[in-house]
Amino acid sequence: MIRLKDAEKVYENGTKAVRGISFQIDDGEFVFLVGPSGSGKSTIIKLLTGEIVPTGGRVMVNGFSMSRIKERQLPLMRRTIGVIFQDFRLIAGRTVYDNLALAMRAVGASPKEIRRRIPYVLELVGLKGKENSYPDELSGGEQQRVSVARALVNNPSTIVADEPTGNLDPARSLEIMTLLERINALGTTVIVVTHERGLVNHFNKRVIYLDSGRVVGDATGTYEGVAQQ
Amino acid sequence: MKNFGYFFKEGARSMFSHGFMSFAAIGVTVACLLIMGTFTLVAYNANVNLADLQKENAMVAFVDDSLTESQARGLQSKLEKVDNVADCTFVSRQEARDAYVAEYDEDDMYKDLQPEVFRHRYVIHLTNPDRIAQAKEAVKDVAGIDEVRADETISAGFVTIRNVAGVISAALIAILLMISLLIISNTIKLTTFDRREEIAIMKMVGATDSFIRWPFVFEGLLLGLFGAIIAFALQWLLYSAVANGITSSDTMQLLEVVPFNGIWQPVAGIFAGAGVVIGVGGSLMAIRRFLKV
Repeated sequence: MIRLKDAEKVYENGTKAVRGISFQIDDGEFVFLVGPSGSGKSTIIKLLTGEIVPTGGRVMVNGFSMSRIKERQLPLMRRTIGVIFQDFRLIAGRTVYDNLALAMRAVGASPKEIRRRIPYVLELVGLKGKENSYPDELSGGEQQRVSVARALVNNPSTIVADEPTGNLDPARSLEIMTLLERINALGTTVIVVTHERGLVNHFNKRVIYLDSGRVVGDATGTYEGVAQQ
Repeated sequence: MKNFGYFFKEGARSMFSHGFMSFAAIGVTVACLLIMGTFTLVAYNANVNLADLQKENAMVAFVDDSLTESQARGLQSKLEKVDNVADCTFVSRQEARDAYVAEYDEDDMYKDLQPEVFRHRYVIHLTNPDRIAQAKEAVKDVAGIDEVRADETISAGFVTIRNVAGVISAALIAILLMISLLIISNTIKLTTFDRREEIAIMKMVGATDSFIRWPFVFEGLLLGLFGAIIAFALQWLLYSAVANGITSSDTMQLLEVVPFNGIWQPVAGIFAGAGVVIGVGGSLMAIRRFLKV
């Protein structure tokens, strides 16, 4: 479960990126986090992944308090979430299999577990047979699928996707979002940061609309519908 | 360390996949070790030569005038048993007189010099010239020895020179080691900079700092060891060439050069140790700032 209570983030240069935000995302939910540029979406993702700490209020991520979390607890917290980036962030010099294996080794998985889990996850994201391909041999959509597979491979309770379709054409974007919907159907909480109205409207899920560091709408429906609340 | 195999493999893979930077890091290690090694070996040989010179500074023990030559010769075994005495040579009155005349006689001035003017004596060399004062007292205590002469000032001078040279050598070696560490650290930092994205991804999926650090440690270890092996081989060649040059030179052959065969094991150990310290230390210094994600 993710819970923000009066969360604030003021950067060192004085920018108030998040101003007293409160919301809760229950286990198994699918949520779109939307809003114009500078609304605080990326800051919230950074707060959820532990890249930054809140300067006020509380941020709880799967049982970890992000304002009090100790340095040595960060890896444990990060193992409960899988992150998908707009620019995929795959390691270019490693095959698809090795990119996934590295993520599993990093959390202490045994070679046997790695051999068993990776084919399953690759099949889940529709990349069966691409194990030995390098990222630059794949299309943008396929690279993002690898990124989804890497986020999934350690079986996290939450997936956080930061503009996952920003570098993809509409058809590939729909594919990735459908894939995330399938993953959500299997019980994983999915939080998608996006500014693509069409996709948000297509899936008709819970939408949290941010503007100037505040929540201005939070409901199930369309982008415009929530924005006009 | 259940991931030992993985860390080692990753370290080796990274070393070969960043070929140019690895080559640069090894090159820098070789250069640093060669400079340090050469300096250390020069300092070591200088110390050996100083120690030899110090040993040449012998004590002279004069035998009581009342003893006959055969009684005087009989003191040899007693003197040899004195602590710190390396060797002692008996010099009779006659031999002392002949040596004096040979050294100072000009225009037959000392032609009629009688041996009785001189005393029987022993020329004594010490195992440890640093303890010349104690040895002097101990020799003086031997029955039949009348007087002992030892130039303690010269001996003390040698001790001071060796101590000062030792401190300067240690300080310079420490400075060179620090410089090497910084150069290697910066070289490895460049390879690490290439991989900051990889490190950030690993942190994002929940890797601990030690999991990320270990492959870099092994990479540094391998770079350091490769550098040490190459530097050792070059040092051997360089040392042998210089030693041959000194031995065959008319003017420098008085200098004693310790044969490399006699010191290669400690030199190899020091090179390996320094290589590992430089490589691993440099890696740890380089990766520190990239772990703050």
